[in-house]
Amino acid sequence: MRGVTEKQTANMMIAVLSGKGGAGKTLVSVNLASAAETSTYIDCDVEEPNGHLFFKPEEVQEEKVSVLIPQVDKERCDGCRKCIDFCRFNALAYINKIPILFDEVCHSCGGCILVCPKMALTEKKRVIGKVQKGKSDQVTVYTGILNTGEASGVPIIKRLLSENSPEGNKLTIVDCPPGSSCVVMESIEDADYCLLVAEPTIFGVHNLNMVYELVNLFHKPFGVILNKCLEDDNPAETFCIENSIKILGRIPFDTTLGSLNSDAKIAVRENEQYREMFTSLLNTVRKEVLHKTIINP
Amino acid sequence: MKIAIPVDGKDLESSVGVAFGRSPYFLIYDTETKEENLVVNSASESTGGAGIKAAQIIVDHKANALLTPRLGGNAAEVLKTAKVDIHKTIAGSVKDNIDAFMAGKLPLLDEIHEGRHGKTDR
Ligand code: SF4
Ligand code: SF4
Repeated sequence: MRGVTEKQTANMMIAVLSGKGGAGKTLVSVNLASAAETSTYIDCDVEEPNGHLFFKPEEVQEEKVSVLIPQVDKERCDGCRKCIDFCRFNALAYINKIPILFDEVCHSCGGCILVCPKMALTEKKRVIGKVQKGKSDQVTVYTGILNTGEASGVPIIKRLLSENSPEGNKLTIVDCPPGSSCVVMESIEDADYCLLVAEPTIFGVHNLNMVYELVNLFHKPFGVILNKCLEDDNPAETFCIENSIKILGRIPFDTTLGSLNSDAKIAVRENEQYREMFTSLLNTVRKEVLHKTIINP
Repeated sequence: MKIAIPVDGKDLESSVGVAFGRSPYFLIYDTETKEENLVVNSASESTGGAGIKAAQIIVDHKANALLTPRLGGNAAEVLKTAKVDIHKTIAGSVKDNIDAFMAGKLPLLDEIHEGRHGKTDR
């Protein structure tokens, strides 16, 4: 930790984003987390979590995540349909003289239960996925898993982030879902800083622009990491320069890194050269976070 | 019996609506009285669950069959629970489809499209 003082290692949560999967979001997240002395890694890509494939965490503890949905007491219901009319998600239908619920459409707002004049609706739990916690060397690994077919991973992400860093790790890396939908917004909400990972192609620019707009909307301080850099022109780099976006680092396109990554190995743990690269990237990011949070507390 | 059809326009000559839940109107046709009743699809503006609400409208109008080019999984479940038959439409006007249905030429719709909500772009 040369060059970084005690004050500079204040608690920080860094969210890693990209507009599309495959840009190197997990590569960056996993390696930054592994480059730190101790850290917490949180995989919020709950539809397809893959950080655990790299970390292969041990002593995994698992907890189910459920949401509350209404259930109907047929004896009490008089068919007034107030619940049906109330639900703006249209999760309830009234068929054969009884309300029926479409579990996966329900957003668990609880409104129908409140409006029912007969108190015919009560809450019940429905499991939508789970969170896992484990250890991989000095990294505490959290993974959120949404069951297939479920509408929204937001409750799982909320649970993941509420558990954040009970071990007192100073650095938390949040591996966000791809894209810019509500699950991504939920994932970056508490972050001190956002790292956008971009590929050096025209598509890469398009995807970068999506997340760029999102972090601007949320007024989050952010910087870009350019991945798969070659000697050629880099449209993502041009985009950053044109929009005065800070470039925090460049990861070269090299086959050793590529094959380590596709073998689900953590480059930092396998190779001294990559350890140095990601450690210096982490230090740059840490300084930038402190700098930004001092300017915009 | 009563049959329901999503329609783009307001009469028998108009074409069948392409998307069930988002169709602006439903035509409810009574095969005995030959009466036609145009119903506004209030579900078409819904942000979510449009198929469920649209299917509810069909059920509430006591239709026995729905003629549609395609249908989402949730809407199909509402209709099946309410025992409404679902038939696949052919190219042509609403009237052509009613005639084909009466002649027993419209097959039951068997491919139901799963609705995907809140999926991220991958
Ligand atoms: S809890 Fe809310 S979203 Fe779910 S059925 Fe009731 S009103 Fe609809
Ligand atoms: S509001 Fe209550 S009583 Fe009315 S239909 Fe719904 S469950 Fe039944």
